[in-house]
Amino acid sequence: MSRPMTVAEKILAAHAGLDEVKPGQLIECDLDLVLSNDVTGPIAIKAFREIGLPNVFDAERIALVPDHYVPNKDIKSAEQAKMLRDFAHEQGITHYYEVGCMGVEHALLPEQGVVTAGDLIIGSDSHTCTYGALGAFATGVGSTDAGVGYATGRAWFKVPESIKFIVDGELPEGVTSKDLILHIIGMIGVDGALYQAMEFAGSTIAKLSMEARMTISNMAIEAGGKVGIIEVDDVTRAYLTGRSEHPAVEYHSDPDARYARVIEIDASTIRPTVSWPHLPSNAKPVEDSRGVTIDQSVIGSCTNGRIEDMRQAAAVLKGRTVSPNVRCIVIPATQQVYRQCMDEGLTTIFLDANCAVSTPTCGPCLGGYMGILAAGERSVATTNRNFVGRMGDPTSEVYLSSPAVAAASAVLGHLGLPSDLEPLEA
Amino acid sequence: MKFSGTAHRYGRDIDTDVIIPARYLNTSDPEELAKHALEDLDAEFVHNVRPGDVIVAEENFGCGSSREHAPIAIKNAGIDCVIAKSFARIFYRNAINTGLAIMECPEAVDGIKAGDRVSVDADAGLVVDETTGKSFTAEPFPPFIKEIIEAGGLVNRTKAKLAAK
Repeated sequence: MSRPMTVAEKILAAHAGLDEVKPGQLIECDLDLVLSNDVTGPIAIKAFREIGLPNVFDAERIALVPDHYVPNKDIKSAEQAKMLRDFAHEQGITHYYEVGCMGVEHALLPEQGVVTAGDLIIGSDSHTCTYGALGAFATGVGSTDAGVGYATGRAWFKVPESIKFIVDGELPEGVTSKDLILHIIGMIGVDGALYQAMEFAGSTIAKLSMEARMTISNMAIEAGGKVGIIEVDDVTRAYLTGRSEHPAVEYHSDPDARYARVIEIDASTIRPTVSWPHLPSNAKPVEDSRGVTIDQSVIGSCTNGRIEDMRQAAAVLKGRTVSPNVRCIVIPATQQVYRQCMDEGLTTIFLDANCAVSTPTCGPCLGGYMGILAAGERSVATTNRNFVGRMGDPTSEVYLSSPAVAAASAVLGHLGLPSDLEPLEA
Repeated sequence: MKFSGTAHRYGRDIDTDVIIPARYLNTSDPEELAKHALEDLDAEFVHNVRPGDVIVAEENFGCGSSREHAPIAIKNAGIDCVIAKSFARIFYRNAINTGLAIMECPEAVDGIKAGDRVSVDADAGLVVDETTGKSFTAEPFPPFIKEIIEAGGLVNRTKAKLAAK
């Protein structure tokens, strides 16, 4: 009988070929998938070339997704995207997604069934932790780790301690999983889970949809977390069935598994939340933030660019128009979400509201393009970071929120709630 | 590895967006990235930094994105070592993997002032503030991580392991 383990420890042990692992242990593991994008891929390819092997370890287990600066924003970006494309073609990478098929990587790979429960995944993008929502151990690494992963299919890990977040109770009306994770980051700080695995459980999490769960796991890194894992349940199974390219494997934490901390949260106390500049932990209630005027609202990203997010934004924008002082930019995260927005009439709602609707891209989230801020400008955004200069000029500001709050704020011209809006005429 | 230079002192939660802003991530050229290191935090840094200098910072240095451009930019700007109370985990990996020396040493961070002359013996985990004469000892690396550092980074270690097969 091995020691009781958390789900994170079990996935690592299984991929290291060990019966058990314990926090602090340094191990080498076999990987199910290695991911890179157009920003981190070129440096990973350079690392791969330096190693000198002619071929990647498995052309079906590397995902290359140009999404940050594509469709190419300038000549230098075009060169980087081309390096990724040429490498994908040379190596016969099956999970390469060209413009027109691509999406924001962490929305795309779950949607396409490329990642599944029980997988061990590294990605040279910090939000790789999104797939924890599926019950995978997925974590962001640098390009060198990714390049070595291309070559060998292996990576080194320090087994993290785990923190368990038990969230119980009903989220109040209008409060989403984004508000919950901003609240948690506000509670524990941007290094509150440094080097640790975050495990989310409880009756509130159990009731969340898979897309809502992905928003939570996505932002584990904003608390310094290595992963943001949610155990497999019926919601997970329903999402993965007919979707996963390879078999899902379920791991569950032992009842007597050891946690560094257990944090209990009463969901009914959580209010619509916005994280003020310049840290995601700077979380405040939206109702105390109404004095903040905005120049832009960005609705999209790997955090909140999925169809449920689009529906929440459209429900607020339907029959309304964006303030003349605000640019509202809506970016469905994948081609499939983009098409669904059209099929469900959401795109018409956005256009009628005077929103700009963009093809999938990370674009403005990291200050790439498609919505860069001038000096002193402010944006509300459904994205994940609000560091200095994140969306443009170093004196600009980003306020993180849910899609409903970003949509309401776009109409109001300042931060606010959907309930602040004038009722529509019947 | 031994270094000696001036301390550049910063606060906590220094994120990778201020270490190298995304507006410069359309290239992976180390020289180009180095020109913009820490630009949004300290515009004078690239003009003041000299080879051998060290960065001294509080908790959670390098938080945020996975961009390896961050340690590349700092290293190519002339920084040989970052001493912090703690590092964000992806930055920590990236520094080990790419051969930027890092040391977790809260006492040194509290003891070293901006502009102090600092000498570092990374292998011994020893930091000496030459200006004040105080010395500090960093937490040693576990053998596995030391092996990567001694090989000259993860690529070299991987090459050596493949060659040994």
